[in-house]
Amino acid sequence: MSTPSDPKRDRPWVFRTYSGHSSAQASNALYRSNLGKGQTGLSVAFDLPTQTGYDSDHPLARGEVGKVGVPIGHIDDMQTLFENIPLDRMNTSMTINATAAWLLSLYVAVGERQGVDAKQLQGTTQNDLIKEYLSRGTYVFPPAPSMRLISDMVAYSVDEIPKWNPTNVCSYHLQEAGATPQQEIAYSMATAIAVLDAVRERSDIAAEQIPRIVGRISFFLNAGIRFVEEICKVRAMAELWDEITSQRYGVEEEKLRRFRYGVQVNSLGLTEAQPENNVIRIVLESLGVTLSKKARCRALQLPAWNEALGLPRPWDQQWSLRIQQILAYETDLLEFPDIFDGSTAIESKVNELIEGSRAELEKVLSMGGAVAAVENAYMKQRLVESHTQRVLAIESGELPVVGVNLYTESEPSLLADGGAQSILKVDASAEREQIERLEAFRAKRNGAEVEAALRNLKDVVASGGNIMPPSIRAAQSGVTTGEWAETLRGLFGEYRAPTGVVAGKAEGGSETTRSVRERVHALRKDLGRPLKILVGKPGLDGHSNGAEQIAVKARDVGMEVVYEGIRLTPEEIVHSARDEGVHVIGLSILSGSHGVLVKDVLELLRSEKLDGIPVVVGGIIPEEDAEALRAAGVRRVYTPKDFDLARIMGEIVDVVSESAAAA
Amino acid sequence: MLARDRGAVAPALNLLDDTRPERRREALDLLEVLESDAPAPGARRIGVTGAPGAGKSTLLDAIVRNLRDQGRTVGIVAIDPSSRRTGGALLGDRVRVRAGAADPGVFFRSMASRERLGGLADATHASVTVLGVVFDYVFIETVGVGQSEADVEMVCDSLLFAAQPGAGDTLQFMKAGLMEIPDVFAVNKSDLGPPAERTRNELENALGMSERDAGWTPPVLAVSARDGTGIAELMATLDAHRQHLLDTDTLDARRRRGASAAVLDALERRYGGFGLDGIGGRAAAAERLNAAPEGAFNLLRKLSAEIEDRLRKG
Repeated sequence: MSTPSDPKRDRPWVFRTYSGHSSAQASNALYRSNLGKGQTGLSVAFDLPTQTGYDSDHPLARGEVGKVGVPIGHIDDMQTLFENIPLDRMNTSMTINATAAWLLSLYVAVGERQGVDAKQLQGTTQNDLIKEYLSRGTYVFPPAPSMRLISDMVAYSVDEIPKWNPTNVCSYHLQEAGATPQQEIAYSMATAIAVLDAVRERSDIAAEQIPRIVGRISFFLNAGIRFVEEICKVRAMAELWDEITSQRYGVEEEKLRRFRYGVQVNSLGLTEAQPENNVIRIVLESLGVTLSKKARCRALQLPAWNEALGLPRPWDQQWSLRIQQILAYETDLLEFPDIFDGSTAIESKVNELIEGSRAELEKVLSMGGAVAAVENAYMKQRLVESHTQRVLAIESGELPVVGVNLYTESEPSLLADGGAQSILKVDASAEREQIERLEAFRAKRNGAEVEAALRNLKDVVASGGNIMPPSIRAAQSGVTTGEWAETLRGLFGEYRAPTGVVAGKAEGGSETTRSVRERVHALRKDLGRPLKILVGKPGLDGHSNGAEQIAVKARDVGMEVVYEGIRLTPEEIVHSARDEGVHVIGLSILSGSHGVLVKDVLELLRSEKLDGIPVVVGGIIPEEDAEALRAAGVRRVYTPKDFDLARIMGEIVDVVSESAAAA
Repeated sequence: MLARDRGAVAPALNLLDDTRPERRREALDLLEVLESDAPAPGARRIGVTGAPGAGKSTLLDAIVRNLRDQGRTVGIVAIDPSSRRTGGALLGDRVRVRAGAADPGVFFRSMASRERLGGLADATHASVTVLGVVFDYVFIETVGVGQSEADVEMVCDSLLFAAQPGAGDTLQFMKAGLMEIPDVFAVNKSDLGPPAERTRNELENALGMSERDAGWTPPVLAVSARDGTGIAELMATLDAHRQHLLDTDTLDARRRRGASAAVLDALERRYGGFGLDGIGGRAAAAERLNAAPEGAFNLLRKLSAEIEDRLRKG
């Protein structure tokens, strides 16, 4: 179908849907069907092994292959993903960070196979590692080499892939981690400055290239339900960006100072209770980033109404796409100049946000910038604090969430009560089939060429050369995702980011919190020592905000908390449960790989004779899976609808008391 | 335990932490056996302290990697403060000490300081004793906030202070008069260059002014946990300090002093100053503990009985 166009109206933003699952072939079919429905750009979701640089048959990839996105192990996978999608006419956004240089190289190599010159490629690699350390957790390398990889990509693409946005500075994930608008603005500006400062210092970049490079820095924003404030936030960011680019980087051309951004509206506020209400939330959130012409997004992707329940089906995604199309084509939104110019209420809010965020930005810069404020945990601690405030406000009802802490009575949901049928189930055979394809690929490629390409990659990177040329050669030669990342791991090492939970202030909390605390103290007599809990995230999922909130709350009810952070193997979890002498284990998994990973933990506990230690699990877990987990021995399962952390803590105390009595 | 069975370590540490009376007695039995039967001097006991942000955990991580490469086994006790308000504690160091996250040659136990704000946890000394029987090296990691340096000195043979470049904490440390406690100083993040070198000079100058034991001038090393620079030299320096203790015949005295302090502490917590007065006061008890040929833990039961006897007689 052709896209409606009317010369009297502004051109709409690019419509995208964040998607990908199971295999390159299945995802390609989905993309083509979405494009056929009027979607105008692609947004590729990669699975966690691809995002963290592991081949599908690596032990850490177990249970994760094809779960939260598409597995891309090598050039043939990438070619299949874009089969019959001409890259010279597509605008592709890739949510890829630690391995961004690799996926971009594969994209360039597939373009070549399609006969498309790299200069014609359009799109974005997310490639913002600062927010990975702060929120999303798919980082691999330490901050210094990570910044170098980003700056390599910026320096390379400015002439070689000039229509590409090599990095998309993300404030999206900061909001998901609980950031206030001021923090969101300040930390994303600090990130952009860190990238541009690093690029400016390069000897291979001339001063006259800087304005063009600045012009290619784009942002990726979140839009929450307080959509009037969100309009002001975007206007504030546009003003600040204009100021930074002109004052700090001397960009004169107005066009190159423009604040360009894409959006995925808020997932944090989507509820598992009465999930149909989420559609209304998504529409309102979209208004925040489309209403004001001055601050309108370039591209928009909307989550689906059932995200808090599990993976959306094609129909759910279609519904979200239709929201965008109705906004753009049916409403009169695109017929007006900026409708907020001259509003004193908007102007004063914008100014307030600018002032607040400028102060926070100055603070981060005075510490040495975004990288320093990651390493010393400053930004992370601020985010954990803000998130804790948010959770407490929902718990107390101070922050109303309809269907959650307000108007909770409901008729049975006609949409959600299909149970397992109202979400997408990834075929359990996806992982095995992907591994088979990988093995077949390895068998047919030219081993000598692969080896030479890997040696070249290592030599070039070790001697300080740009990551892109040897990566493109590696892509063409048949190197796999795991081999590329392993080479860099060998050179750069791996990193663990500070968790930010340690320094947070203890909260006195609500009455429930206090009564749980009394029970925790009382239990000390029966246990002989204070209740000790291990909180850990098995698998590759890096979304640690939930686990951090659990850790902080457990401390606030008087428990001694061993927080292990992200990316743990079941072996590591069981090993530390034993060494630390904990009374209970809390696991958090949001990637949908709970089935395999939790069962592995339970089996190991049994074989180590530690099965007296009860296990509770939290995550995006469909009821049917929750039942299976409980049947396997998990004592409690928590999902996004369990927002009352004090109640969860109370139940953990129950579980520990029961186990102590049984021992 | 005496067979250096790793599997026995975690239950033993749980026991030492247990405050129920019958478990306390079991714990004391265990300590007495270890004190008399475990080969001395056993493991190297090294304290690691420094201000928050100095990179203690990353430094420890680098040290553990170095030791594991040489086939040495390592036990670690890390102490974090408890919240005064809630009694809870976040034991977060685990996330940065990653060497051997599932390696049987590394044992990691985090402890909360509980009522002793800023100091060591009650069971620290006993836990170190247990780890020292099974592992080649035992590390005790604490956040340096003043009091804990003096405390951690009592449980280790060598105290390593991690300083961070350009930080005011070093100056604070000197002002607090704590310069004489650590045996080795490591200025971390030497990859930062000049600021690290400046801090190293400051520390060396300050050390020149303070009184130290004869024969050992605490060295100040520049290391980088990030890229591994100086870790081998640091280990060699810690070895040299150990050799110094052996050469001067002071290792045993230092251990004995630590054990006595732990026992005195336990007695004081249980019976208070009044209880201790019943057996002639703290100083007299310390003297008896130091002189005890059978070891401090063996004397604990006897001293407890004496105090209880006195208290009964009133």
